[in-house]
Amino acid sequence: MHRVVHRRQLSPNVTLLEVEAARIAQIRRPGQFVIVRLGGNAERIPLTIADAHPAAGTITLVIQAVGKSTRELVALQPGQAIQDIAGPLGHPTEQIDAGHAVCVGGGVGTAVVHPIAQGLHRKGVNVTSIIGGRSREWVIFEPELRALGDVIVCTDDGSYGRKGFVTDALKDLLTTVGADIVYAVGPVPMMRAVANLTRPLQVRTIVSLNPVMVDGTGMCGGCRVSVGAETRFACVDGPEFDGHLVDFDELMDRLGTYREFEQRAAQCADGPCRIGLAAPTAA
Amino acid sequence: MSSALTPRERMKLDRQKMPEQDPAARARNFAEVNLGFPEQMALIEAERCLQCKDPRCIKGCPVKVNIPRFIELMTEGNIAAAAQSLLDDNALPGVTGRVCPQETQCEIECIRGNKGMPVGIGYLERYVADWARNHRDQLATSKAPPTGRRVVVVGSGPSGLTAAGELARLGHDVTVYEALHKPGGVLVYGIPEFRLPKKIVEQEVERLQAAGVKIECNVVVGRTYTLQELREQFDAVFIANGAGLPVFMNVPGENLKGVYSANEYLTRVNLMAAYEFPRADTPVLVGRRVAVVGGGNVAMDAVRTARRLGAEQALILYRRTKTEMPARVEEIHHAEEEGIHFEFLTAPVEVLGNEKRWVRGLKCVRMKLGEPDASGRARPEPIPGSEFIVDCDVVVVAIGTRANPLLTSTCPELKLNRHGNIVVDEQGMTSLPGVFAGGDIVRGAATVILAMGDGKRAARAIDTWLAAQPRPTPSAG
Repeated sequence: MHRVVHRRQLSPNVTLLEVEAARIAQIRRPGQFVIVRLGGNAERIPLTIADAHPAAGTITLVIQAVGKSTRELVALQPGQAIQDIAGPLGHPTEQIDAGHAVCVGGGVGTAVVHPIAQGLHRKGVNVTSIIGGRSREWVIFEPELRALGDVIVCTDDGSYGRKGFVTDALKDLLTTVGADIVYAVGPVPMMRAVANLTRPLQVRTIVSLNPVMVDGTGMCGGCRVSVGAETRFACVDGPEFDGHLVDFDELMDRLGTYREFEQRAAQCADGPCRIGLAAPTAA
Repeated sequence: MSSALTPRERMKLDRQKMPEQDPAARARNFAEVNLGFPEQMALIEAERCLQCKDPRCIKGCPVKVNIPRFIELMTEGNIAAAAQSLLDDNALPGVTGRVCPQETQCEIECIRGNKGMPVGIGYLERYVADWARNHRDQLATSKAPPTGRRVVVVGSGPSGLTAAGELARLGHDVTVYEALHKPGGVLVYGIPEFRLPKKIVEQEVERLQAAGVKIECNVVVGRTYTLQELREQFDAVFIANGAGLPVFMNVPGENLKGVYSANEYLTRVNLMAAYEFPRADTPVLVGRRVAVVGGGNVAMDAVRTARRLGAEQALILYRRTKTEMPARVEEIHHAEEEGIHFEFLTAPVEVLGNEKRWVRGLKCVRMKLGEPDASGRARPEPIPGSEFIVDCDVVVVAIGTRANPLLTSTCPELKLNRHGNIVVDEQGMTSLPGVFAGGDIVRGAATVILAMGDGKRAARAIDTWLAAQPRPTPSAG
């Protein structure tokens, strides 16, 4: 059992949980994730480790409440526990040793960018973070990233920082200051836009992918993504890949596989459950 | 009862038929297909054993269960002693009594098979194991005095559990690391409820835990701990992490929505209980027409699962014919009874999708059988111009698995063969002293019982190896 020791609401639908996981806290490296299962008949959910406190034996998970399972997780209060946490899984981030790195985070992806920026900063790399949200209240991890370097905040509505998308800010930065590497984590369309922007400029771009996953150990192949001409498993070959080679359209499409189920699960969790109805068919 | 029967009388007894759930009913539920013998049938079947002086059945058994002995104890009316005898030889009899291919192992060797039907050894094993599970208080646990040696087992599948049980009995302090959240490996994620109820795996695991085996879930060796760390913390290591990496067909369209590896499909349904969605949170695509590619036991499990989930049609696509199918005869027979459709001499060449990128069919090519290949089976060859389309909305690829490199890739000193399987010597020891391996990570995808045989042999070899090692200093213990 992994007790929640701290909980903080970061944005209207993003919650930070600091949970006990001593071994993982000790050995995790930037970019790695854990598989979390609340208990009972809950799903196995992959979550990137946003931070770790080895002395306290805790890791930080940042969770966007999108479906039944994630809503149950963010409802946990300090003292309550998560039954299963396995990890750290996946390969650590490929880091540069010197130069200028730009970390682009969109929405909850900003929490995933944080440990990458942290790792780079520790190595002495000059880090600029570009983070975005719909409006001011959706921007997360700004103070944490400010401690590691420059931060450019973008909001869609201009309620905070610069108005517009993170890609606009990235474009300006690349044409003025330049960058040795770009890390981008966020919604698939954002990562695709970043990759499309950096590809002609030949700036190496690493993206962290979040496909549907079950075991997280390479066993099921559900998380397969097309990278270049190859099929790769995000759980054991990733989760980070060369953004210029990823087939984002396919990833986006496959992420929609269980949309109908998610809606049904959410309905059942919300109101009178209509268990017993035939499960949706594939088509 | 036993003294009453002459060999002639025994020969007159017919093999008892395993009671089964009605095919039409069971094709729509996940309850066990085989219902198990009632006492009377079990005792009659036990009387069929001729108690051969030189029993060949034992030689056919990968874990060398003393079959005539436990059957004899049954006929003597001493079921507790029969259970004790069986458990001394086999750590998971409730599992093997259900999923072993007895027809190619112990039962094929049975002398009664020369004229008529062999003794239903698997059915009897199952009967005794089920009795043992329900009467645990009547069984003594024999255990050697503690040796002070610590052994770690990587993986809680059939090989790992067998090794762990045996090592604990030999007095070693055993810890099992399991990557998933539930112990059992393929017994919980792979083999469906209707063939092996999860409750039975749970209870067999509990018995091992009661015998002193410690099991820690959510530990992914290769990630949570490296093999090197395990070697430092324990006196010996047994790697039994299975052949967990799914093989795909490598044809266009395989990443369309609705294409599963058998591993994913079965894991969702078995480990995650997707058949209970939304009572369980993990979903699985049900499909109206589900095509399962492959001809082994895993393919049978997947196609029968599809049927139970509610598919109108569940079909097997296999590139050879029924004769060459590697699946157990009983499973093929059960599948046929449940209305599974078989399309032989068929190989998919492309997965077809609709405009929303959902699977809508498989483009297949007709095969013919040619000369025998390396496996000794006729090599299937495509017939040019024979393409046809199989309509389906879910595809399950069940054409095998490979060694999962998660652990081995983090330990370059560990010698592997060209398939990525760990190389071991006759004792089951790897290229690293004190590190043993067995089951599918060594053999490639094989059977539960072969993995268990490896576990048992490795446990004995580890015991011998440890005995030859200098004692650890007291402070290290």
